[in-house]
Amino acid sequence: MNTWFKSLVALLALAFVASTPVAAQNNNFNPTKEAVKEEQLLNALKSGERLTGRISIPDENAASLIQPAGQEWRVFHQQKLPIIGGVAILGMLALLAVFYVVRGRIRIDGGFSGVTITRFASLDRFTHWLTAGCFIVLALSGLNLSFGRMLILPFFGPETFATLTALGKLAHNYLSFPFMFGIALMFVIWVRDNIPNKLDLEWIKQGGGLIFKDKHPPAKRFNAGQKVVFWIVMGGGVVMSVSGWFLLFPYQAQGGVSELQLWTTIHALLAVLFVAAMFAHAYIGSVGMEGAFDAMGNGEVDLNWAKEHHALWVEEEQAKGKAPAIPPRAMPAE
Amino acid sequence: MARMKFLCDADRCIECNACVTACKNEHEVPWGINRRRVVTINDGKPGERSVSMACMHCTDAPCAAVCPVSCFYTTVDAVVLHSKDLCIGCGYCFYACPFGAPQYPKVGNFGSRGKMDKCTYCAGGPEADFSTAEYEKYGRNRLAEGKLPLCAEMCSTKSLLAGDGDIIASIYKERVMKRGYGSGAWGWKTAYKETISV
Repeated sequence: MNTWFKSLVALLALAFVASTPVAAQNNNFNPTKEAVKEEQLLNALKSGERLTGRISIPDENAASLIQPAGQEWRVFHQQKLPIIGGVAILGMLALLAVFYVVRGRIRIDGGFSGVTITRFASLDRFTHWLTAGCFIVLALSGLNLSFGRMLILPFFGPETFATLTALGKLAHNYLSFPFMFGIALMFVIWVRDNIPNKLDLEWIKQGGGLIFKDKHPPAKRFNAGQKVVFWIVMGGGVVMSVSGWFLLFPYQAQGGVSELQLWTTIHALLAVLFVAAMFAHAYIGSVGMEGAFDAMGNGEVDLNWAKEHHALWVEEEQAKGKAPAIPPRAMPAE
Repeated sequence: MARMKFLCDADRCIECNACVTACKNEHEVPWGINRRRVVTINDGKPGERSVSMACMHCTDAPCAAVCPVSCFYTTVDAVVLHSKDLCIGCGYCFYACPFGAPQYPKVGNFGSRGKMDKCTYCAGGPEADFSTAEYEKYGRNRLAEGKLPLCAEMCSTKSLLAGDGDIIASIYKERVMKRGYGSGAWGWKTAYKETISV
């Protein structure tokens, strides 16, 4: 009786043990064996993610085990950016060269009248040249960081090039502040005259004086082309400033390396497009158009130039009593 | 010619941080810079793994590729080093490195990046071997003495292996075959673009 009872209990106990989940699990799952595999973990990562863990170092950024996005950033910076930059900048230069050859320098049809009208006051000119001067140094030092190794280093020794680049980086970091100030100032003094309106549509329809030789579409203080430049500079300037801010103070970027990669990408992409746009602006304001440079050069433009390109503005200025009346002998070409 | 590599056997690492301490002490690494660090994943859960991370001295190093002043060079032992004289502290190498090896002191303008510092495989830098200048900039040069990196030498469990790639691969293979599994030699595939065949 006793033996039979004991065997029954033993059998029941065995059945109990065998049927519990713990017993079943032990046969299949070995946490030590299911070890970290590089391939597996990398496949599980979504684009831009980092693999992080626990560290004893206070700096959270050091917690990353691997950030595969770095490889993508390398491909962008070394391959995609040079192509985009090359196409944008060299393409724009080629376009301007072709335009110059085909259309030629835009002349004043009525010739110089010898009478001038004040176009830009000292504040206007100061703001423009402050921003433009900073832009040129910023652009050169910035382009050097992206393309200098390829284009300039072969012609200088590594020490000279590194010193130049280091100085360029310092100039870039410090001049960014007057540039941002200039952008803000430009907005304040010129936004009123740069609001798009129906007149701009008319100007565009008539080819803006660029395409058809004899047309002088009406324009107020700033024509549609200039308004486009204004808003490119405002938009571009703001985005460059914001992205550049995080590159100036990288430790303020809470997102660590992923966030910095994003800002660097935006900054570099926009930079090459911005530079290309400014080439066009600089062209038309100097070589491209007779009498245009005086506007920012000394602020006084020829009256005939003003009447041909900004007729409505001249009328407004004359009504205010700020502009000279037409001298009797200088007749408009029409 | 030897091709120097690191291998951290994630199944042996016990997160003792001896490698971190040895490196910091030997090269008198300044505050805030961590040439080597130990990262623990799945902390406290089954399958917890610790990995000792530093510069992996990659074949086709991303840091060298993106540097605007080309301040990196690879030695005959395939150790990736850089020149602090040429470095401008731009941060590009940090953006590109998958392992986060480049570190910067916060001594630049506006408290931003100074010259980049990273694991040198205890091989110093472009300055003359054993010179004071080399020690001040890059730390001790053990490789020129014929010694291996101190982090691997100090590893308490011999999980961090450093030396010629073929030799440490064969050591690791032996371990894998003995225990019946391995963690795939963390970082090896990304850095050296090959796997250890077991």
